[in-house]
This record gives sequence, C-alpha cells and structure tokens, in this order.
Amino acid sequence: MTSNELEAVYAGRKLGDRVARGLASAAVLLALLPLVAVFLWIAGRGVRALSPAFFVEPIGARGAGMANAIAGTVQLVVFASLMAIPLGIAGGLYLAETRAAPLSRAVRFGTDILAGVPSILVGVVVYAVIVVQMKHFSAFAGATALAIVMLPLVMRTTDIVARTVPDSLREAALALGASRWRTAIFVVLRTAAPGIRSGCMLAVARVCGETAPLLFTAYNNRFWSESLLDPTASLQVQIFTYTMTPRDDWHAQAWAAALVLVTFVVVLNVAARRLVRAAEGSASA
Amino acid sequence: MQRALVPRDAPRTQEETRESARSADRTLGALGAGAAGALALVLIGVAASVVHLAWPSIRENGASFWIGATWDPARGAYGALSFLFGTVVTAAVALLLAVPVGLGVAVFLTDLGPKTMRRPVSALVELLAAVPSVVYGLWAALVLAPLLRDWIEPLLGATGLPIFRGPYLGVGLLCASLVLAIMVLPTIAAVTRDVLGAVPSELREGALALGATPWDVVRFVVVPHARRGVAGAVLLGLGRAVGETMAVAAVVGSRADVSSSLFAPGYTMASVIANEFPTASTELHVSALAEVGVMLFLVTVAFNVAARVLVRSRAR
Amino acid sequence: MPFPLYTRWAAEYSGARVNYQPLGSGAGVRQVSDGVVDFGATDEPMSDAQLKEARADLVHVPMTIGAVVIAFNVAGVSELRLTPDVIADVFRGTIAKWDDPRLAGANPGVALPAADIAVVHRADGSGTSAAFTAYLAKSSEGWRAEIGAGAMPRFPVGVGVRGNDGVTAYVKATPCSIGYVELAYARQSHLAVAHVRNRAGKWMTPDLDSLDRAARSALGRVPPDLRVSIVDAEDDGAYPIAALSFLVLPRDARERARAEALSRFVWWALHDGQRYAAELDYAPLPPEIVTRAEVVVRGLRAEGRPL
Repeated sequence: MTSNELEAVYAGRKLGDRVARGLASAAVLLALLPLVAVFLWIAGRGVRALSPAFFVEPIGARGAGMANAIAGTVQLVVFASLMAIPLGIAGGLYLAETRAAPLSRAVRFGTDILAGVPSILVGVVVYAVIVVQMKHFSAFAGATALAIVMLPLVMRTTDIVARTVPDSLREAALALGASRWRTAIFVVLRTAAPGIRSGCMLAVARVCGETAPLLFTAYNNRFWSESLLDPTASLQVQIFTYTMTPRDDWHAQAWAAALVLVTFVVVLNVAARRLVRAAEGSASA
Repeated sequence: MQRALVPRDAPRTQEETRESARSADRTLGALGAGAAGALALVLIGVAASVVHLAWPSIRENGASFWIGATWDPARGAYGALSFLFGTVVTAAVALLLAVPVGLGVAVFLTDLGPKTMRRPVSALVELLAAVPSVVYGLWAALVLAPLLRDWIEPLLGATGLPIFRGPYLGVGLLCASLVLAIMVLPTIAAVTRDVLGAVPSELREGALALGATPWDVVRFVVVPHARRGVAGAVLLGLGRAVGETMAVAAVVGSRADVSSSLFAPGYTMASVIANEFPTASTELHVSALAEVGVMLFLVTVAFNVAARVLVRSRAR
Repeated sequence: MPFPLYTRWAAEYSGARVNYQPLGSGAGVRQVSDGVVDFGATDEPMSDAQLKEARADLVHVPMTIGAVVIAFNVAGVSELRLTPDVIADVFRGTIAKWDDPRLAGANPGVALPAADIAVVHRADGSGTSAAFTAYLAKSSEGWRAEIGAGAMPRFPVGVGVRGNDGVTAYVKATPCSIGYVELAYARQSHLAVAHVRNRAGKWMTPDLDSLDRAARSALGRVPPDLRVSIVDAEDDGAYPIAALSFLVLPRDARERARAEALSRFVWWALHDGQRYAAELDYAPLPPEIVTRAEVVVRGLRAEGRPL
C-alpha cells in the first residue's frame, strides 16, 4: 500500500466514524423530541389552568378543581406503598441472603414475571377478587392493585442492591457473634439502604402514573371520598376521562393535572438519582 | 447511628441469650421467607384468577376464540384474533421505529457521544421513561392524532402504498404504533446502554490501541459482544409495547378488525379490556375479556422470560 | 344516558351526595347486578334475558326523556336530512362517501363533498348505542339482519370512542365525520344535527314537543314493570330516536340507609327534578309516567323490608 492509499483508508474510516456519531446524535434528538413536545404542551396549556381552585375545589359539578383527585392519588400511592414496601424489602432481603437456594431463584424469576404482567390485568383481578366481594369500588381496592404493581419492583431492587453488599461485611458481623438475620438487617440492609430507598422512590414514581389498574378498582369520584372503602378520584384516571371530552376547559384541566403528575414523578426520579450518586460518592471517598 | 449488633441484656446467661438469639433469628428468617413467598402467591393468584374468570369462555368458545376474527358481544360471537393482530402490528411497527433510534441513543451514551453530554442525555432518556402513559395518551389524542390526520397521513397516503390506504382519521393503528414507539424507546435505550456498558473495557481499549475509530469499536467489538443482551433489550421493549394500555386505548380507534392499512382503526388486547371490561353486560362477555387477558398474560410472560434470559446471561 | 341531567340533579339535590359516573350503561347494569354500585342507568330497558341473568332482582324507573341525534361535521353543511335506511347504511358502511346519490337525493341543494364518511361509534357498552340500534333495527331491515340491537353492537366500519363525550369530541375534531350522541352533548359542543325522517314521513329534530309526543304515543303500551321503548313512535310529530332514560336499581337493596337515601333522591328527581330537564335538552316525563314510576319507587325494599 502506498501512503496515499493508506491515507484514503484512514479518511474513509474517519468519515464513517463521523457519520456514525452524527447518526447517534440524531437518534438522541429524535428520542428527546416527544419529551420536549409533551413538556411544551404541558407548560403551554397546563400552566394557564393552574389556579388556586385547581388545588382547592373538588371535581364536583362545575369541573373547576382537582383537589380530590390530587388527594386521591396521594392516598392511593401512600396506602399502596405501606403494603408493598415493607413486604418487598423483607422479601428482597431474603432473596439476597439466600441467593442460590432453589426457592429464591424461583421467586426471583417470579418478580421478573410479575413485573412484566400488564397492569390492566392486575385491575381485572382486583375487580374480581376484591371489588365484587366487598361490593364496592374503593380506594382500598385501588391501593391493592397499585401495591401488586409495586411489589415486584421493590423486591427486585432490594435483592439486587443487597447482593452488591460485600460478603466481608457479613463475615465481620458474623464473627462478632451476630446471628445471620440480624446481620442481614443491621449490616446488609443498612449498607444497602440508599440504593433501596432510591429503588422505592422509583417504584412510587412509577405507580403515581399507573392508570389502568385503577379503572375498575378505585374507579372515580366527583367528591371527596370519606373513607378507604369509598371509590376515589385520582389524577391519572381524571386525565384519561378529560382526554375523551370535547371541552377545551376540560382539556386544559387535563394538561394541568398532567403537569402536576409529571412534576411529582420527575422530582421523585431526580431525587432517587441524587440519592444513589451521593451514596456512591461517600462510598468511594 | 450504630447500634449494638449483639443484644446485651445483662442478667441472662450466655446459653439463654444464644438460644433466644437463635429463635429470634429463625423468626426473622421465616418472616423474610414469608415475604418472598407472598410474591409467589400474588403471581399465582393473579394468573389463577384470570384463568378462573376466563373459564366459562374457554369452555364455551373453545378454539373459535383463538382463530375467529368476529367479536360481536351482542350476538355472542367471541373471536379474539383481531386483538392479537392489532397488538402484533402496533408492537411490530413501534419496534421498527424505536429500535434503530434506541440503539443509536445507547451507543451515543456508551461510545460515540461527547463525554460531557452522556450524563444529561442519560437522565433525559430516563425522564422520557418516567412520563406516565396516561400523559402520553393525552398528548397523543390531542396533539399527535390531529397532526397525523392533517399532515402526516396525507403525505404517506400519497405514496400509494397499500399499508397507507383509507380515510385520514388520525387515530388508528399508525397513531398507536407511534405512541408505543415513544414509550418503548427509553426501555430499549436504557437496557442496551447497560448491556453495552458491561462489555469489558479491555476489549475497547485493545481495539482503540490497534487504531480503530470509536465507530469501529462499536461495530466490530461492542455490538457483537453484546448481541444477546441487545436482543434481550428489544424483547423487553416488546413486552412493554404489548402490555401498554392507556395511551393505546386513547388513540387506537377501538374497532375489532383486521385491516391491511395502518390508517385503519384497530384494537389491542390490553385496550379492549380497558374499554369493554367495565361495560360488559353478560357473564360470557366478561369471561371472554378475561380470556383476552389470558392471551395477553401468556404473550407478555413469554417475551419477558426470553428477554430476562438473554439480558441476564450477558450482563453478568 | 343523561349524564348532564343526572349531574345537575346531584348538584341541586341537598339530601345526599350522589357519585354518578358516565361509564356507559352496560356497566351500570352489570355493576348493579354485581351489587358494586347502588344504581345504574340505561336508555333502553334491559331485555328479559338480561334481567334473568342479573344476580339481583332489578327494577326500572323512568327518569326523563332523551334524544339520540346524528351529529356531523362537514364544512359548509349545516342542514342534513337522513332517512332511517340511509342512517343504517352509513353506519353499516354500505354508503361510504358523502356525495353518495342516496344522501344527495334526500338533500337537494346541499353541496356534499366527494369525501369518505368517517363514522364514529361507541367503544363501550352504552344505552345511547342501545337506543340508536333499537331504532335502526326497528326501521331498517338490513340493519336488523346484519347487526341487530344492543348496548354494544358490532359496527362494521368506523372509529370506536368511549362515552358520549368521546364521540362528541371526535366528531367535533374530525372533518367529514358523523356519529350518534345524546342531544345535550351535540348542543353543548355546537355540532350540526341531522333531521331524521319519522314514521309519518316528516323531517324531525328533537325538541320538547317532539320528545314529549314520542313518549305519549307509547302510553297505551307501558307494561307494569315500565320497560317500554319509545323509538320510532307512530305519532306524526314525534322525534324517532327518542328514549326513556331509566334508573336500574335492585328491588331489595343490601344497605337500608343507602337505599332510603337513594329512593328519596329518585322521588325528588321524579318531581322537583323534572324542571331542570328542559334547559339541559331533555324532556320532562308526562305526568302519567311519573304516576306509574311512583308505584315502582314505593315498592322498593331494603334488607327484606319495605322502605
């Protein structure tokens, strides 16, 4: 090969590299386009509908506010978390500490499967098992459906994070005379806490937006729901309801509700990421 | 924050302490096992109740459910083929659009993008994944569908291709596919990023030392090495596309039909359950919808299991 | 299902809070029979078979008279005349273009475009669909043979959308579309509404008088359980796609306190509530029907005992 031919080969490869980089950058722009579009519309349409009434008045007859839907979402997510998080952490820790046992492998596989089950099916099951039996659409049924969606997420994160805790820590605790599960709780769990906490936050963020499992469990309510056994409104379901209407003011309300929901989800996501990064930082320091 | 690892209840003898510690340990272990078992119970419970609910339909409709395309609850005809068709078509078109873009994003994040851009782009892609599907549904119904109807569909229709035929309705299989593409893209991008990132850096450095450009490294080293994992990422995206409900229900056009045109309204398994389950008026209709649920369950489980097997075997 | 009116009633009535959701009547009816909600609503009475399948003994109480209208969105066209056969064929797909000779024939002087008709129908089970298809099954042989009547009929063409709100929104947004909705929804969104030819051959749009006459023409054949359909009425001044809206409730409710509250609400709506009907595009019930409804409400029970 002459040096000219070599030059040509190099030039061709450099060009290929540049084209590939260009395409990758184009892919990023294309991927972020819908994100930007959604945020623009939320900001453009939603912000105008955000008034004090939005946060204070219930949906009611005039359709002015979303206060009861906001409260409903909070209520559903809190109760779902109360059910799913302790159970998920306990189970995940167990999986991590008995990592190779056949039962653990089976359950671990189960978390993957349950996490992949479409949430609408969870709604169907909770309707058949809880709503029909209790004879009421209820916040309780909705929270249960959300908890079923959350449980595998929490359990899987806990399992994964707890497994990354170095065995040397466990051995040290055992050598000091701590029993196996005390070690798991006071050493493994504590060491893994930031990762688990951030995993839980992501799970909460995820169910904040879950709508399908609520359609026939928590249902909807135009008023404040008085107990866990009442049907309840939620931001998610109300967004869907308002999407399918001909009225511009209701569309604006839906955009505003989307703004509230997305803000909440984004804050949780960013906080979860911060938490992990801070933990990584302190671990490496 | 440090607490004693070993209980120091002084007055007890060592033997007592050890015995109580052992029994406490057994209790804690049992609690953990119980929690893990609860997940198994929930999973089995979900599967069993869907099948139980579907049983009358399984018995009554038999094979005609899986091969019939006529869904007419008013006359007792329950053929679910059109839902399977709609699900497959929308998911396939969505992947066709999302996979190239998702892979592009992933290699941008691991190899080709400027280092300073990688972290913010990564965070934005995860935000894209965090936006709830009902919000995408809102956007798709009010913004995307009119855009399709007035601009994009007339353009595509002008190509004369048979998959772009029929009136410009905005909603339909095409619109649902686009929303799905947006929604599965972050899944594909993020999982692929992780899989590519797990390729040992010695391999990359070796290739670079031999004079390869970063693109060569991606082409000849990283992607071949991570092939199975990338396939797993695509399958995970497929699983998500198949199960997605609210955004699709808002724009798919909700008609049980098998059409060769992407402009036509269609239906997916998940969205027909969302629309018809609350308003089904006969036992058999409810049961048939539950059988659609069984169908959906089987399909998503198959995809997810395959995906996990592929991603796991590589990522570790 | 007259959601706007029921919402108004719930707002005006001070005795209790009524959480009424526009879910489509199929829903209401099954969920009453499942015992999940206290009452459902429908625009067409349940069939004998449905009543038999229900897990509870259900009664029908007529509450108001509503109209299903054919709303359309064609640029430059505000008046459209439709015969029952043409409506059936448009929603069956046999008429696919706006300039079809059979459409043009009934609408001389109207500039109909050479565009595809975008048919819009309900995707959820609905009393509006039930009334609409009951009308078509009665007045068009082709419809009766191919599709029939029901809350969730199979439309061979068109886009399915949830709820009256959804259909209204889609028709409003989509050029060259046509759909069926309750009058109140079309009015509120300023959709153009077709004139429909009634039995006597007159072109009718719904108003208080034409709905009242549809209901009165059925007075002679109201059965004891009040399940009567008033579509395609004989009266020459009747709007043909009219429907009595019924509440469907269990004859014997599970919870006494709730049942008492509900029956007081129904009683109030049958009397004081009727005056809100007209302003929301529904017609008040003729006194003869109110009297019959009172009998049914008085017969309601809870926990095995009369209220």
